[in-house]
Amino acid sequence: MNTNAPGTRHGPGMRWLLPEGIEEALPESAARLERLRRRVLDIYSRWGYELVIPPLIEYLDSLLTGTGHDLELDTFKLVDQRSGRMMGVRADMTPQVARVDAHRLTRPVPTRLCYVGSVVHTRPGPFGGSRSPLQVGAELYGHGGVEADVEVVELLLTTLDEARVSGPLCLDLGHVGIVRGLAVKTGIGEADEAALFEMLQRKSTPELDAYIDGLGLDTSSDAMWRSLIDLHGDRSVLGRAREALAAAGPDVLAAIDYLDGIGERLAERHPELHLHFDLAELRGYHYHTGVVFAVFVPGEGEELARGGRYDGIGEAFGRARPATGFSTDLRRLVALGSQALPAAPGPIAAPAQEDPALTARVRELRSAGERVIAMLPGQEGGPGELGCDRQLVRREGNWTVEEL
Amino acid sequence: MTRPLTIALSKGRILEQTLPLFAQAGIEPETDPDSSRRLILPSNRPDVRFVIVRASDVPTYVQYGGADIGVAGKDVLLEHGGDGLYEPVDLGIAACRLMLAGPAGGGEGPVGRARVATKYTRVTHDWFARQGRQVEIIKLYGSMELAPLVGLADWIVDLVDTGNTLRANGLEPYKTIADITSRLIVNKAAMKTRNAEVRGMIDAIAQAVAAPTE
Repeated sequence: MNTNAPGTRHGPGMRWLLPEGIEEALPESAARLERLRRRVLDIYSRWGYELVIPPLIEYLDSLLTGTGHDLELDTFKLVDQRSGRMMGVRADMTPQVARVDAHRLTRPVPTRLCYVGSVVHTRPGPFGGSRSPLQVGAELYGHGGVEADVEVVELLLTTLDEARVSGPLCLDLGHVGIVRGLAVKTGIGEADEAALFEMLQRKSTPELDAYIDGLGLDTSSDAMWRSLIDLHGDRSVLGRAREALAAAGPDVLAAIDYLDGIGERLAERHPELHLHFDLAELRGYHYHTGVVFAVFVPGEGEELARGGRYDGIGEAFGRARPATGFSTDLRRLVALGSQALPAAPGPIAAPAQEDPALTARVRELRSAGERVIAMLPGQEGGPGELGCDRQLVRREGNWTVEEL
Repeated sequence: MTRPLTIALSKGRILEQTLPLFAQAGIEPETDPDSSRRLILPSNRPDVRFVIVRASDVPTYVQYGGADIGVAGKDVLLEHGGDGLYEPVDLGIAACRLMLAGPAGGGEGPVGRARVATKYTRVTHDWFARQGRQVEIIKLYGSMELAPLVGLADWIVDLVDTGNTLRANGLEPYKTIADITSRLIVNKAAMKTRNAEVRGMIDAIAQAVAAPTE
């Protein structure tokens, strides 16, 4: 058969083919994924984060409330035949969890929630091209201070540590309030802000300089916008930023202090962590309201995990609350981590015999935590081919476990 | 041991003008990239190496972290989209223009949908969309000038340097879509995880660009 012939790309010979960017996990990687999933959920539970399970699919208007245009493009949509309304398959669980906190739980106290589940994207991610990450994350609602942000960052670091992601880890910190505050202070309109945002994202100094030339700002505003693109590096950047942006108003200076507060605590508690500050980093600019962070590891082109503060998203659901959190993709953590599966003893083979004593013995072994595989009459291959290293043998009327 | 800082370059005209800038910044390939068949070239510094890739692949290598730094034409960057990249320095070399061109006097185009031949399909689509005009795009890999001559397309979108090739084929440029020069591009993660090294390199190159050439 000519496999290059037109039509065979989706023909009968290609029925095994999964859609682009959709993965399945075979036994060994499924075991790794599941083990890590359990262990991180246990960690979150020990930190006081309660698990919630948001729906796979919900009405589009609630799914996309308070989120950016990118998420809308990433969301698969379909029509609910019962109500005629548009539904979306979740592409990000964070807004769903925010809705749970704002509308369903309505607790006045700080609320800690965590979640894990598959999300689906219409567009493949730039790296690895996955359209179906296994998203895991934790969110802390009801506290607007540095302490809450530091807590979620530390929980993220613990997650990466559990996955044995080889470092050195680099935590990139930014604050969307800086660019936003500067835009307000210098009277930059929406269209100009969007253009500047785009150039800052690319750190395109020549284009930014040319654009600012055309804005006709006063000397002080002009200098502040130009300084922004170089304000990235270690914590000394914050000192430079205080000087360069001294005239940017209290909001911007407060944002710099906020970053410094987080940096100080993290540097103290995690001296091995490489902290990087980037005041022009605007990841999730349309969604986040304060500090934003991401974790990078050497040799990986894209961040491994990301998060930040998104106060007020719950407003549309009746209750604006301070909110901060992170999320990451378990599949990538497993792929990048060196977490070894525990060396477990192999399974025990139980012969294909009708014997109440054998049934009882098998039940007993299984409840003791052993893996017991029942051999089937006339099956192909023996216990060894099934990976068993022991078997049940009848000796003097008793079923005993013996080496294969 | 950390991987040497990897710089992606492509062979050809851009390379000739790029190497002197890196040389001024104190980095030189150990062997001449144009004559070597090797794809990874060590430099005079143990912590820096070069990789030689196709020009249109430079942004992809840098985006995915296969290289930390690269030199790419703005035309290639526009077509790539620039996701995951920083482009901090305009090297000011290999200057030309990305232009809409076609048969002399044919700037109005046909009454219906114009057919445009180009290798820059994304840039062309976006530019015409901004003009409020729907066009049919025909992807070609080279010799664009031929397309209008044999009736394959009404117009072309291509790089124009002197315009001699256009004129020799009875074509003329209509409009400039973008001014093109080569840019230094940097992988986002490398900028963060190896900030000091990468910034040192960017600053050295920026200085070399600003320095008057003899």
